[in-house]
Formats: sequence, C-alpha cells, structure tokens
Amino acid sequence: MSTDNLFGPLWLSVQLAGITTVVLMIVATPIAWWLAQSASRWKPVVQATVALPIVLPPTVMGFYLLIVLGPSGAIGHWWVELTGSALTFSFAGLVIASCIYSLPFAVQPLAAAFESFGKANLEAAWTLGASRIDAFFSVALPLSVRGYLSAIVLSFAHTLGEFGVVLMVGGNIPGETRVISIAIYDQVESLNYAAAHRLSALLLVVAFIALFGMFFINRRWRQR
Amino acid sequence: MSANSGIRIRYELQREDFALDVDLKLPMRGITGVYGPSGSGKTSLLRCVAGLEKPTSGQLIVAGDVWQDSSAGTWRAVHERDVGYVFQEPRLFGHLDVRGNIEFGLRRREHERAPDIQHIVSLLGLERLLERRTDELSGGEAQRIAIARALLCAPRFVLMDEPLASLDQARKDEILPFLDRLHAEAEVPIIYVSHNIDEVGRLCDYLVVMDHGCVVADGDLQSVLVRMDVPSLAGTQAGSVIEGQAQAYDETDDLTRLRFSGGDLWVPGQADRNGETLRLRIRASDVSLCRVMPEQSTILNIIPATVEALQADHGPSMLVRLVLGIDRIVARVTRRSVRELEIKVGDEVYAQIKSVAVRP
Amino acid sequence: MLRGRLLLFLLLLAEAGNTESLTVAAASNFARPAHELAERFEKASGHDVRITTASTGKLYAQIENGAPFDILLAADKERPLLLEKSGLGVAGTRFTYAVGSLVLWSRDPALANSDCKLHLEELGKKRLAIANPTTAPYGAAAVQFLQADGAWEAVQPRLVFGENIAQTLHFVVSGNASLGLIASAQAKDARLPESTCHWPVPASMHQALEQQAILLQRASDNEVAAEFLGYLRGADAREVITANGYEIHH
Repeated sequence: MSTDNLFGPLWLSVQLAGITTVVLMIVATPIAWWLAQSASRWKPVVQATVALPIVLPPTVMGFYLLIVLGPSGAIGHWWVELTGSALTFSFAGLVIASCIYSLPFAVQPLAAAFESFGKANLEAAWTLGASRIDAFFSVALPLSVRGYLSAIVLSFAHTLGEFGVVLMVGGNIPGETRVISIAIYDQVESLNYAAAHRLSALLLVVAFIALFGMFFINRRWRQR
Repeated sequence: MSANSGIRIRYELQREDFALDVDLKLPMRGITGVYGPSGSGKTSLLRCVAGLEKPTSGQLIVAGDVWQDSSAGTWRAVHERDVGYVFQEPRLFGHLDVRGNIEFGLRRREHERAPDIQHIVSLLGLERLLERRTDELSGGEAQRIAIARALLCAPRFVLMDEPLASLDQARKDEILPFLDRLHAEAEVPIIYVSHNIDEVGRLCDYLVVMDHGCVVADGDLQSVLVRMDVPSLAGTQAGSVIEGQAQAYDETDDLTRLRFSGGDLWVPGQADRNGETLRLRIRASDVSLCRVMPEQSTILNIIPATVEALQADHGPSMLVRLVLGIDRIVARVTRRSVRELEIKVGDEVYAQIKSVAVRP
Repeated sequence: MLRGRLLLFLLLLAEAGNTESLTVAAASNFARPAHELAERFEKASGHDVRITTASTGKLYAQIENGAPFDILLAADKERPLLLEKSGLGVAGTRFTYAVGSLVLWSRDPALANSDCKLHLEELGKKRLAIANPTTAPYGAAAVQFLQADGAWEAVQPRLVFGENIAQTLHFVVSGNASLGLIASAQAKDARLPESTCHWPVPASMHQALEQQAILLQRASDNEVAAEFLGYLRGADAREVITANGYEIHH
C-alpha cells in the first residue's frame, strides 16, 4: 500500500475534522449563547432541533443532505450559481455535512458552560460599562474556556470518526472525499485485511494523541 | 435640591407576587440609605435604577439627564448608565487578578471624572492584594475589591445592594471602617440598601424607608429615624442619630465630653478627636425617662428633655419622642411606666441615655 | 381440551420438521429476481425460502463468521471460489446463474436526445458515477470498459464512487452525477424514472460479469437446498432471470 493511500485519507480526515471544528466554534457560539440566556418559549424547539443529529441515523441525514446539497437542492443550487461546481462529492460539501452532523457536540458543551456562570458575572460587567458583546468577549468567553475545550474535543473526535454521512454524500473520491473511515471500510470489503489493519492502527494512534493532547492541556490549565 | 440636580425616580413594577410603586427624589451627594425588611422592594428598586430590570412604567432622571422614560420610549442600556453597582456577592471575574478586576471599568468609560486609582486603592486598603488571584481572597477582601471596582468605573453614583449581607460579623467589622472612610472621602454619591438599621444609622445622610414595594418615609436621616409612624423603625430597631462636637478627652476614665444642641454627653474613648464632629447612634431601648433628676445613678448622661410624641409599640412597649435642644431622640419604655408617671406630650422630663455608639 | 392442544402442537412440530426452510443470501443487485424466484419455488415445492440481501463482500464476511445461510448467490466469481477453497462452500456445486452487463445511463435533462457515449469525452464539471472498483465487480468492469475505450484519462478526475451498484444508481437518479455506469438489470427496473439517454456497453469491453451460486457447507445435507439450486438452472428460473435484465450463458 503506497504511503499516499495510507496518509492521504488520514490527512483528509484530519483536515475535515479540523476545519469542521473551527467552523462549528464560530457557528455554535451564538446558538449556545442564545440558549443559555433566553427564556423564550421557542427554546425547547431550538434545543430539540440542535439535538436531532444525535438521534437520527447518519444514513437518514446523508440521504437528505444528498438532496439538499445536490445541484437542484436548496443549498446546492445556490452553491453552483456561486462557484460553478457542485457541492456534493466535494470537500466543501463534506464540511457542511460534518458541521450539521457534529453540531450538537459543539452546542451542548458550550451552552452548559455559558449557563454555569449564570447572569451574575455578566450583570457586573454590564454595570461596569461593558456592552453585551464586550461582556461576552471579556468575561463570558474567558470563563467558558473549559466548555470550549470540551466542544472542540467532541466535535473533532466525532468528525474524525464520521462514516455514515460521508458514505452517503462523499462519493469516495480519492484526495477529496475518501476519508480514512471510508478507506478502511473499502479495504475490509475488498478483503485487504492487512491494509485495513494499518489504516485502523494509524487512525487509532492519531486520534489518541489528539485527544490525549487536549485533555493534558485542560489539566495544565486547571492547575494554573 | 434644585430641579436639575438629584436623582428623580418614578417606577411602577408589576410582577406575579410583587409590586413596586415609588416616587422619589434622592440627593446627589453623600450616602443615601434605602432601608426596609426583606421583600420590601429595595433590591428591585436598585436593579431598576441600574437598568438590570425594566419596570412596567417609569422615569429616571439623573441631574437633568433622562435615563429612562417609558412614556417617551427612552431607555438607556445598562452599560451606558454611569453607575457602579456592588452586589451582595462580590461577583469578581475569576479569570482576572485583583488588579484586572478593579481596572475593568476604568478602560470602558470616558473619564471626565477620572478617578484616582491610588486613592481608591489606599482608601480600601488593597495595596497588598493587587497581584492576587480571586480565589485567594477572604470574603471581606473580595467585597472591598468589588467596591473598589465599582468606584473605579467613574460612575455618577454607586449603588450598593446589601454589600455586607453575605459576611459574618467579623468581616463586617473589617469593612465598615472602609465604608466610613468612603463616606468621608469619596466624592461619589452612594445609594446604600440594607435591612440593618445599625449600618444605615452609621453610614447614611439621607434615608428612604420601604415596605411592601412602597416608600413609607424619606428625608434626612435624623428626622426619618425619629418618625413614629413607620413600623420598620419601631420595636427593637427604634433609635436615633445625633451629632455633636468632641470637646475634651479624659485620659483617666477614657471618656470624651461631647457637646450637642441639648447639652453635654459623655461618650467612651475617642481620644485625639477633639474638635471633630462625631455622629452618635442611640438605641431607643437604651433611653429611659424619669421625672425627677436621680441621685447616685451609674448613668452618666441624664439630659433634660421635652416629650414631643407618644406612640404605642409592640407588646408592652411605648415609644416616646423627646426634644433635646434642637435634636430629637426616641426612647422605648413600658406602657405601664408612661401611665403611672402620667407622661404626656409637652412634659419636661429627664432622658437617661445608658449607652451610645460613636461612629469611628 | 388440553390433550387436543398438545396434539396440535405436536403435529405442528412434525410439520416443521418435514418442511425445512431455506435461507438464501443474495447479492443486492439480484434482490428483485431473487425474491421472485423464491416465491415461485415456494409455490411449486411448498417449502419456505427466506432471502437475505446485501453486498457480496458483506455476505462473504458474514459467511466466514458463521452466518446461517444455506446458499450464496454472489455478484461475482471470486467469492464463491474462495468459499469453495476454504471448505465453507460445497465443492462441485458452484455454477454461473446469471451474467450481468453494464449500461451507460443518464437522467440529466441536458443530455436528452443525444449520444450518451460522446458525453464521456466532454464531462466538463459533471460527474460520472461508477461502483467502487475494489469492492464491486460492476465497478471493476466499468473501469475496464473506460480503459478499453480510451476515455479513462479524461474521465478519471470526474469520477464518483458508489459504495455498491445501488448507491451508484442513486447518485445518478438524484441528479448529483450526470452519468453513471450501472447494471442493465437496474435499468430494466420498472420503478426507475425515464432515462434521458442510455447506451449499452458491449460485453467485449470488460471482463464477464459472471454471477455464481454455491451451496454452503451447513446445508450440504439439505435436500431443499439442492432442490432450489436445481430449480435455478431450470427454464422457469431462466425466464425470470432474463426478464430482469440478465443473460444466461451455457
């Protein structure tokens, strides 16, 4: 098995997980903030919607994503108009799919972190002249670092192991959408068990190092 | 107070189990106390003034500047109101050290009234604490830092919501002297909410008394305290405040002679305070009356007084308001004594003041 | 009353013993004809036939791990051969029950009334869907055809790989891939929407897509299984198979 086939899918998976995590931190923050601050009666609706990807099988999500991201779909056709190429079977399409798939793993730890310090500190910040946005960045954010760490770890890990959704909408294109989980599946299907072992071991090692690294940093932070 | 100075507050707030209805004008100097039992609406009032809560309808005009007016749809956001707020808990920011906390507001407000950091730090005795982290502080220290933080955001005035409520007596005693100094040296007016009559009597110049969401008395401290028609100022809370000038200190007996409008009083200690104006707080239960000047009594302060008003109090007690010179104090005696001594309004009697608390 | 019930129970038990049921594992692409054949066999013989469908690779893995199948109807030759070699399949029972073929197929409105094959050269930004060549025999055949045709170089960057022939079809039907190399058997399915253009791939341009059957070890004494395999070779079965878009070679 060439190193290309070994590290190629791994690198693709790491890129996908990394970019998805960054996008999710940006997208999940306002959602989680609203959930933590709001007393609106729409709150349970939003909470349930955000939690859906946990409950729905990846095949269901993949199925509908293929429709929505396809060239005639709601999001897909807008993308084609914008860039000229299709969203499905592209890395960008995978990022969008992964963001939806891992959304609850980003939103829930953040919302919990925001809720944990309640309004007390924010009120103090407001009375000291900090606008709502200022208070968010100068007080809420620093106090929620652990929540962010949790959200990052979960989103990254969840996307790294993503299989079902990518299977449905990826198209298994080497170098573009053939992530490591799909590559392993392919090797197993074609009875190349040795290659499957190699890929799996690689993924295990990388995933473990990444997770260990994050928990280690978390511990150091706490001791500070 | 001229029309354009002072804080004009008119609020109506309706909630399920609570209603607030106030119409007040507070001075823009010194310490104004807001006193009342729990649930009387003191905290709600403060929060509305800060903008942390929105009243059903209302108006807030600070020295002519309209901060909110529900009829005109004006609403100035919390962070745009130049107030400092000290909560019951310190609410320090855990991710900043002490210095970071107290300078938080400094960076965010325009400084026409640029406060002097050094001055405030030494006023509250925080020099040694500046580099500490917030989890390394005692309750009292944390609260002092919260007060410094509020003062340093260059506010028009500072709101303090029962700042000593969460502290034990020892911590309270630690902070009170700092609050005394604030009163003397801070140039910022303070609105001080408390359910503790001793704190209020010690620190405030102007007093607002609230009950069940309404203002039942407001005015300068000394005259409000001797009102007989306010339930929360009766019973064991009853008392009065007078001011006098320290004349001479007797080293042998550790007593100071103090002159006030009604005569001379002997108060404990206060060495080196000759010539100063001292504030005295006198509990009503520490004042008794007699018709005839007693001989050979251990009570040092027996002052002629005129009975101005009588009011029945809880249980067997009765409140008697006395005029001494131009000052007024309240005495708490038994109904029986009043009846047996036939004490009536206008009678000349002697007030026996057993003990006095002097503000340091 | 109780004795009556007991008797009934015993009779049913005896019945069950007499009517052995059969479990046939069939490749996904053969699902439709497999069910039809099972129905006909049941009617004719009175025996129960249960059909399980999945990709050949999965079925093979399951058999290796002791899955309770009696017969395997694979989509290729390789897996039945491997089973025979490993002893999991009964020697001498392996035969080709159907031969598949490829068709180039599209639902893209832009390709209507045109020569499908020409579009292979000019895909532009469009996608061509084929089954994964490493796991699906139809995918391997598709690659062979493309290479033989000389279109491989041009087409390669535009390929999307379906996990199996069914997903490949789904990519084309959903409009995500403009063209696809799918099985003729699929194209013949009445439930499929109308194509805008299609072109049957000549069998000479790729390896034969021989689908082989084999009797599995656990059913080596199962008479019904042997009966079914015999039925599969018969005229009635062949009719069903060809009607579904496969060929039979002798």
